[in-house]
Amino acid sequence: MSDQLDQMIARVRKGAMTRREFVGRTTAMGISAGLAGALFTKAAHAEEAKKGGIIRVGMQGGESTNSLDPALAASEVPFQVNMTWGEMLVDVNPDGSIDHRIAEEISSSPDATEWKFKIRAGVEFHDGKTVTADDVVATLKRHTDEKAQSGALGIVQGITDMKAEGDMVTLKLNAANADLPYLMADYHLMIQPGGGVDNPAAGIGAGPYKVVVNEPGVRHTFVKHANYFDSTIGHADEIEILVINDNTARTAALQSGQVHMINRVDPKIVELLKGVPGIQIRSAAGRGHYVFIMHVDKAPFDNNDLRMALKLAINRQEQVDKILGGLGKPGNDFPINAAYPLFDETIPQREYDAAAAAEFYKKSGHDGSPIILATAPGAFPGAVDAANLFAASAKAAGIPLEVKLEPDDGYWSNVWNVAPFCASYWGGRPVQDQMYSTAYLSTAEWNDTKFKNAKFDELLLAARGELDAAKRKGQYSEMAHILRDEGGLILPMFNDFVSGVSEAVGGWVDDPNGELMNGRAQVRCWLNA
Amino acid sequence: MHPVLKLVVQRVALGLLLLLAVSAVIFLGVEALPGDTAQAILGQQATPEALANLREQMGLDQPALTRYFQWLGGVVQGDLGTALTNKADIAQSIGQRLGNTLFLAGCAAAISVPLAILLGLIAARYAGRWPDKLISGVTLTTISLPEFVAAYFVIFLLTQVFPIFQPVAMVFPGMSFWAKLHAVALPVIVLVLVVLAHMMRMTRAAILNVMQSAYIETAELKGLTPMQVVWRHAFPNAIAPVVSVVMLNLAYLVVGVVVVEVVFGYNALGQYLVDHVTKRDVPVVQAVGLIFAAVYIFLNMAADVIAIVANPRLRHPK
Repeated sequence: MSDQLDQMIARVRKGAMTRREFVGRTTAMGISAGLAGALFTKAAHAEEAKKGGIIRVGMQGGESTNSLDPALAASEVPFQVNMTWGEMLVDVNPDGSIDHRIAEEISSSPDATEWKFKIRAGVEFHDGKTVTADDVVATLKRHTDEKAQSGALGIVQGITDMKAEGDMVTLKLNAANADLPYLMADYHLMIQPGGGVDNPAAGIGAGPYKVVVNEPGVRHTFVKHANYFDSTIGHADEIEILVINDNTARTAALQSGQVHMINRVDPKIVELLKGVPGIQIRSAAGRGHYVFIMHVDKAPFDNNDLRMALKLAINRQEQVDKILGGLGKPGNDFPINAAYPLFDETIPQREYDAAAAAEFYKKSGHDGSPIILATAPGAFPGAVDAANLFAASAKAAGIPLEVKLEPDDGYWSNVWNVAPFCASYWGGRPVQDQMYSTAYLSTAEWNDTKFKNAKFDELLLAARGELDAAKRKGQYSEMAHILRDEGGLILPMFNDFVSGVSEAVGGWVDDPNGELMNGRAQVRCWLNA
Repeated sequence: MHPVLKLVVQRVALGLLLLLAVSAVIFLGVEALPGDTAQAILGQQATPEALANLREQMGLDQPALTRYFQWLGGVVQGDLGTALTNKADIAQSIGQRLGNTLFLAGCAAAISVPLAILLGLIAARYAGRWPDKLISGVTLTTISLPEFVAAYFVIFLLTQVFPIFQPVAMVFPGMSFWAKLHAVALPVIVLVLVVLAHMMRMTRAAILNVMQSAYIETAELKGLTPMQVVWRHAFPNAIAPVVSVVMLNLAYLVVGVVVVEVVFGYNALGQYLVDHVTKRDVPVVQAVGLIFAAVYIFLNMAADVIAIVANPRLRHPK
């Protein structure tokens, strides 16, 4: 037994086993849960962070059109780059709790319409200036300006008044929002000196590393910010992020030791890589998901029976197995999963049911003309295969689903939001409110299923200001049911973040919030030389 | 005026006119693509309001003709403008990447051109016999492989099986010349494999063609060795077709290697161009397109001039 235990402890040290897994397996061996928990903590902390060295990251998702302006970040490499030099008010921990960064303390009025953020003393920007409440307010103000083209505009729009007094930032909202701290963890909201108004792309922030080289689409290098306020992260002396968009080259770079970690390991080769010495494959169940979206206001998708027929006609487990190589979870036609706080696990999983689908299809009275599903290779990885699998499983239910292949180029302008039925994807959001408000509220700007439901809207707004967690959970559950049974969303799968990590890397934690430890792998990990 | 000089001047003037036409065609082409820069940038996040804002900010609300002439005016004064997407100075971004493109093309050419000509001479000398068949067989096999297959093959062989080189071939300022050479070794190998056969076969064919002439028989009869005959008498008369195919391949090495750049993560012009086409970043596409067109026109002109200089009959027209 002790051999087994030693092995497990070794795996915990490598970060290859989660607390839940460890406690589950050790209690199965007859160890009390309390002792198991203590053992885990000891094992996890036994490995001490090593300082120094250069951590190299090979990444897909960088273009020569990228900018250091955090407002404009939209793909993986700018996200990772900004997380290296930038610091936000707060971040989100892997367990979903708030990680206080520049904001040391957060408090709200009882009705959740006014929030106070206490700014940590002695946090320093790379240019030597101290981070003040004024910088924070100036940053948020810049993102409210439409000219800044900020990806966080929708988040900061609800703030009606911002005030800096001493070390305190006060934000007044136009409506109650219990999730405001999570909204401030949006990756666009890097605090910049003077708000970054003069030169938003200067790359000067309060993060653990300073920008040295910024060659968009090629490489980004950083050195340690000596006066960084948190000594528990930022172990390497230097960071290098290389843009390697080609899957094969990226994998080869990891195998040959040219980089220490890579994102987006192709699910098709995961099994092959598992046998390769010196590297490990880390898969983190996240909130991102692949979807087929129907416009509920356009024929024939304005017919809920037809929508239900299509929802029942997709084989979710098959999609997870074949498109994600098993690295993901079946979806349930609403965009929330267990990675979100306040998720209701009792909602039944929708399964493939050709007979029921055929029945709904008959009931819908559809005239039998082909139902066109538009897709493109770039809609999501494997989108064409997924659409064809869908068409095949729908055919078994007698539904004439036809796949229309569109080019990648221009897909997001000519097909998505235009064609009434198409493939798409969503990255997750840290909290349910944000996900629903972004795409399922009647007035949401990115309501890509054109879903408008008064009851749903009402619940969403009520839940937003609800500070009682149990009540809020009930509201979210009701919303999930509405969307699942009436919405235009077919959500076959939640995709995992699959990364390749060298065994030389210590401190890795699987983080559901985003790729490569939510953009922080390079600053939180260290190299065991 | 010397006829060759006159020809060069004529060609240069024609080339400039051609460039102007090319710039108009590129502009029209990018305009005709569905969606514009604002839409491409916002992508899945495009709302009508955000689109209008961004278009106004980038000056996309102006008529196409106005934008074209504004751009042309800038170029004539040496100002390529800034990228619409990330506001980077285009001339500066292109400068370094053009250097990298030329470095890669130069390395590949330095190996492939002499090698192809040498192999072509050998193949012609032993036409129909085993050295000819071996050379033709191997080079035709490598040219038949798609570039990315060849690339994956050398990555597998030279970084995994024999870990000599690195799969990612980025070069940047501050690297020593030798470090740069080491970094680009794999893409250079791939490019040599890809361009070798074309030039080799052309050299072989051109020489075999000349070998039918009466003066070759004379040379043989006066007792020269076969290799001397090929080198001294056949090759000089086969230069024109060889040069034109060499120039075509050089042009390809400069403008056509985007697949190889992507596979090896090499930071040169091809990838830069593709990124900006995807984002409909017209000023950048224009600038790079113009450079590529200039390279093509210049190399073709050079081929013509060399062919004339190499041919006494054209050099001294009656």
